[in-house]
Amino acid sequence: MTIDWNAFTPYTALAGGALIGLATAVLLLLNGRIAGISGILGGLLFRAPGETAWRLAFTIGLLVGPALWMLVHALPPIHIDAGYPVLVAAGLLVGIGTRYGSGCTSGHGVCGLSRLSPRSLVATLTFMAAGFITVFVVRHLLGA
Amino acid sequence: MNKTTVTALVSGLLFGLGLLLSGMANPEKVLGFLDLLGAWDPSLALVMGGAIAVGLPVFFIAGRRGRTLLGDQIQMPTRRDIDRPLVVGSLLFGMGWGLAGFCPGPAVVATGAGEPKALIFTVAMLVGMILFQLTQRRAQTTQSGAQS
Repeated sequence: MTIDWNAFTPYTALAGGALIGLATAVLLLLNGRIAGISGILGGLLFRAPGETAWRLAFTIGLLVGPALWMLVHALPPIHIDAGYPVLVAAGLLVGIGTRYGSGCTSGHGVCGLSRLSPRSLVATLTFMAAGFITVFVVRHLLGA
Repeated sequence: MNKTTVTALVSGLLFGLGLLLSGMANPEKVLGFLDLLGAWDPSLALVMGGAIAVGLPVFFIAGRRGRTLLGDQIQMPTRRDIDRPLVVGSLLFGMGWGLAGFCPGPAVVATGAGEPKALIFTVAMLVGMILFQLTQRRAQTTQSGAQS
């Protein structure tokens, strides 16, 4: 393992993480809800009474975030290497997997670990391991 | 507009700005973290660390209060069992995450930033969620049919 010091951005990573923590705090302490994005999106697709407005508002916030950012600064780079077939396959896997596993990086990774949930710890270790192995296979075994 | 609709919007905005600032809306950076044996970018670990450092005391307080600052019930997940769907689902999610470098939040934010490829990923993800929900419903109706 070699650390890529040119790519490593410790300060913005910590600050951005703290901002994400603040966002989950707002949703938890004012809405009484967990900021799990796959759960929020899944809940929008199959609506439960009284649960639609806040989910929609949160999702709009995510979508509008970049526009708000652009009022003060140019957007940071977003490089998407994957081609369209890979994006579709990956999207399907992420959609099915996060619903089947009841959460993603935000719901299990941030909120679940913050509330010391054993289920979320298992989920986080599992999707991290699967991510590591997938990238290893794609980049180092298949050499793509 | 309802108070809780506004607070949810604020939360979503902060979440989106956090993902942009941390670099996590950029799949290249996420894949740089997942590529343990290549040139490794540890940033994602610090993003999680920063978020959890704020989250730990907040969830502790929320757990003790049981109610929001506006007086509503806080809905905390209650399940503690480690079952097959949790592990299999997380495996599938991790595979998709490793293939494209997107998880749900960053995909939505990058879509908001006007990236066509992020939109394609997000649509496929929503289709995946719908497919999953439909199979669950079918499984439930078959089950209740067998019971009756």
